[in-house]
Amino acid sequence: MTILIKLLWIAVAIAVALAAGWLFRTAAIAVSRGGLRKALRTAPLTAAFGMLVILLYILVAIFAPVIAPFAEREVVGGQFLPWEAPYILGTDNLGRDMFTRLIYGARNTVGIAFMTTALAFAIGSILGLLAATVGGWMDQFLSRVVDILMAIPSLIFSLLLLTIFGTSVVTLILVIATIDSTRVFRLARSVAQDIVVMDYIEAAKLRGEGLWRLITREILPNAMAPLVAEFGLRFCFVFLMISALSFLGVGVQPPTADWGSMVRENAALITFGDVTPLLPAGAIALLTVAVNFVVDWMLHRASGLKE
Amino acid sequence: MSIVWEMIFKRLGLGLLTLLVISVIIFSATELLPGDLAQAILGQSATPETVAAFRKELGLDLPAYQRYFNWLFGALQGDFGTSLANKRPIADLIATRLGNTLFLALYAAAIAVPLSLTLGILAALYRNSIFDRAANALALTSISFPEFFVAYILIFVLAQSGLFPSMTRMDPNTSLGEALYRAFLPALTLTLVVTAHMMRMTRAAIINLLASPYIEMARLKGINPMRVILKHALPNALAPIITVIALNLAYLITGVVVVEVVFVYPGLGQLMVDSVAKRDFPVVQAVALIFAAAYVLLNLTADVLSTLSNPRLIHRK
Amino acid sequence: MSKLNSPMGGISRRGLLKGATALGAAGLILPASVRKAMAEPKRGGVLRIALASGNTTDSLDPATWDSTFVQSFNTARCNTLTEIAPDGSLVAELAESWEASADAATWTFKIREGVTFHSGKTMTTDDVVASLNYHRGEESKSAAKPYVDPITDIKAEGSNVVISLSGGNADFPFILADYHLVVLPSAEGKIDPTTTDGTGAYVLDSFEPGVSVKMSRNPNYFKTDRAWFDGIDALSIVDAAARQNALITGEVDVIDGVDLNTVSLLERAPGIKVLPVTGNQHFVFPMDTRLSPYDNNNVRQALKYGIDRDELVEKILRGFGSAGNDHPIGSGQRYFNTELEQKTYDPDKAKFHLKEAGMDTLTVQLSAADAAFAGAVDSAVLYAERAAAAGINIEVVREPSDGYWDNVWMKKPFCASYWGGRPTEDLMFSVAYSAGAPWNDSFWDHARFNELLVSARSELDDDKRREMYWEMQAICANEGGVVIPMFASYVNAHSDKVGVPEVIGTNQGLDGLRLYERWWFA
Repeated sequence: MTILIKLLWIAVAIAVALAAGWLFRTAAIAVSRGGLRKALRTAPLTAAFGMLVILLYILVAIFAPVIAPFAEREVVGGQFLPWEAPYILGTDNLGRDMFTRLIYGARNTVGIAFMTTALAFAIGSILGLLAATVGGWMDQFLSRVVDILMAIPSLIFSLLLLTIFGTSVVTLILVIATIDSTRVFRLARSVAQDIVVMDYIEAAKLRGEGLWRLITREILPNAMAPLVAEFGLRFCFVFLMISALSFLGVGVQPPTADWGSMVRENAALITFGDVTPLLPAGAIALLTVAVNFVVDWMLHRASGLKE
Repeated sequence: MSIVWEMIFKRLGLGLLTLLVISVIIFSATELLPGDLAQAILGQSATPETVAAFRKELGLDLPAYQRYFNWLFGALQGDFGTSLANKRPIADLIATRLGNTLFLALYAAAIAVPLSLTLGILAALYRNSIFDRAANALALTSISFPEFFVAYILIFVLAQSGLFPSMTRMDPNTSLGEALYRAFLPALTLTLVVTAHMMRMTRAAIINLLASPYIEMARLKGINPMRVILKHALPNALAPIITVIALNLAYLITGVVVVEVVFVYPGLGQLMVDSVAKRDFPVVQAVALIFAAAYVLLNLTADVLSTLSNPRLIHRK
Repeated sequence: MSKLNSPMGGISRRGLLKGATALGAAGLILPASVRKAMAEPKRGGVLRIALASGNTTDSLDPATWDSTFVQSFNTARCNTLTEIAPDGSLVAELAESWEASADAATWTFKIREGVTFHSGKTMTTDDVVASLNYHRGEESKSAAKPYVDPITDIKAEGSNVVISLSGGNADFPFILADYHLVVLPSAEGKIDPTTTDGTGAYVLDSFEPGVSVKMSRNPNYFKTDRAWFDGIDALSIVDAAARQNALITGEVDVIDGVDLNTVSLLERAPGIKVLPVTGNQHFVFPMDTRLSPYDNNNVRQALKYGIDRDELVEKILRGFGSAGNDHPIGSGQRYFNTELEQKTYDPDKAKFHLKEAGMDTLTVQLSAADAAFAGAVDSAVLYAERAAAAGINIEVVREPSDGYWDNVWMKKPFCASYWGGRPTEDLMFSVAYSAGAPWNDSFWDHARFNELLVSARSELDDDKRREMYWEMQAICANEGGVVIPMFASYVNAHSDKVGVPEVIGTNQGLDGLRLYERWWFA
């Protein structure tokens, strides 16, 4: 019986999500115009839902101080208080408001993860495409460097680097982005390798097109799909990496709220059936799913499939 | 085919060079880390005199390059030395743990790879259907949770009811069936962690090709969609799929320290983290080189398979 | 639970100097629920225990035992000359009795006869001398070296071992109960630090560093009323949740280091008992008193009044501990100053002291990592929250746990740390508060305090000695450089099948590291 009730709740949640997605799509179509409007019309409900979630996260991140009922680090009451007003989601192990921490977590976690992933992609895909296009010694050199970096387990390598260089947010972003960019490089290179042997690249080369133009105009558009798919996942892996690093004591510094550390702090409660750690984990999961729904839609558009 | 053999030999040679470079990087990194084994072991009770005496006994008072070359000459003769911390031969320390690590990695891969390929292909076939969305959402949710959290949930659901053990204790007498049973939860945790990545890449790589003229052609000929994907799209989508599989297999070998900790599974990851924390340099080197070698070999295999899957690469002009 | 004190009062000077008998001190008063499980000890069963510590770099070398995991199984494998009884008194172990010279600078230990090692070799006075010498001298890398440094000479005389000290020390036999100072077999005046041999209750069957240790009962053990288990199977499970799961699913019988965040849930699990033991373990925030602003005692006092001790005990220790009073002496110790006023959270007083120091506000950085103690980072965050009300702005810096003791402790001017507690007031003060001591983490140098420390050490009159230690505690609390917010209990949990003694040792975790030989299956 309880299982049926749970299933019912899940069904209700999905229906509400899709309805929200539909409302959002209708509203977005109404306010947009031109190419964007055309594109939005083709968006499936899941993608619309994804966009809505991302938009909400962005708004929450920007207006965190306005929305949050308390200050980020303020100790407001006893520890582990139940879900009652004024603490909508209870309090954490130090008596800070859980809801407030989640909201500030959006700002810190999403901001850091986005910057890291973007940087990793900028470095990784440019070098990867370059290596595949130029080939020869350039490819050999970059591939060997990446091989070496990738052959060292990433968690231990980042721990080493962060211990050596210190643990500010900037070093955190740089270290994770550098390590992650090697993965992007591998993928970009292998995708581009299949493309550079195509006849139209040959033709473009014969036309005498420059390297930069060749990469950005001919190769990148055709390599975009797998890269975009990878972006959606890498974004999520960065959360996990930060969570693991916070666990080792070199992640985001307290008392800054960040979802990865929040999961870690409360994780043990789940083995007693307490759902508290599901809140920050759910926040990460929802965003990951949303981002990847949007990515799927873009992937679909990029593939040129009509159905 | 000769180009493939040439590639394999060249890459194996390069692989050895990679290992050499990595041994230098790891050595320098452990040197750059503040503190050394003597301080790490004596911890709060260290005094300058005891640290100095300890260093002398361990040979840590020698200059860095000398220690590196001593290690290197030993390693080249197949002697990886003894752990600085407990004087045990490194080969003994590593042997059983390496076996455990490989067992768990293979176990997880045996579930995860077929599962994710099947799901990926099905998702591409029924793209944008409810099945596709649900499989995606589930897979994505499972990788959004940190590993230790997935492990805790599985323990809560499957171990506390007594279905599976919450600890994975292995000894040499454990039979294969028993080992598979005991290691089920860690293997399942790892499966959940790696499946999404491989599945999504399979799906993306196949969908990426579906608009190509030759697929269009095949479809227009009236071949059924499953056959189009398996016979026409999949072979050409193999390169990125293989790359991602290789990456994830490497991860299963080198990156599972968290799962090892939660399930009390004596693998190489825990040994590596402990040895880094205690600055036990010969052990760190040995484990890092095993990890690196695993990665290099998997990577080489992936590249060879990718090359074989694309005739244009074999006959590159 | 803070009431679970173990008063160690009642050791008379005569008893200590001549003695070797357990002195009747009041023990732990255990809650009724725990007492019910107690019955007469009986033999049998293999104890399965999961410990929070243990590392793949652990070794058998007594110079390096750095975690409860190695300390406890080696305490089961080996013995020391003296033993700290559960009630905190000193009793005989491999030494049968001891006697001091009048100035307490020369000690004669009569070594027990007929004790054999697991290998069958009979223990001799030469083994004792060699074992103690291993920790001494230029070459020593032992963590116990500072304890044995005052020894100028050790020699065997018949069945006695005579130890000469550089100065009088009335507490010297206590030092020989330290877990590092075990007796191992020797050959030609040297012990082999890698030996698996010992005189202890259990024989080492297998030891896999960082994973497990298996031991079986020593049939020839010289104590007949100890070592009830047939064997020991100890596991290292670093992850707190995994450790609790192992206990809940019945895969182990005892765990240590219970995760205080979930302790209330664990207490509700069927068949499981949580056992907190008040020890002398305390958590500290030392300041470097040589550096500005910590060289100003008013600043130090302001920081001491700016911390909410009760909140920390409640939130970080979940009530399993008691508030500290900025000196390292536990309320259960012999010379604990009962009349010293307990400091409480008082922002006004903190402000007053700041003003005295000529400041309106103060900004300091506090370095912390959970390597210092479980909950150190959270404690620092709470500290910062409360201190803000007094105009003190504490910036919490989370340091990596890795390498914390090398890079942060005694390097950063204000950081988190802990002390396991020492069995005697003299040891505790000498180790961490006397000027120039290697572990004086506040770099504190107080003339009167140092003078009292030396004279109290060799003072034989109990009342005078008490007076001195009381004054030292007051000086330490009001002028010292260490904020000591709380004393933490050791929180273990066990299945109700395990029999627990009525009085539990408080000098170290795991029943004074002797759980293996003192507990049994009910």
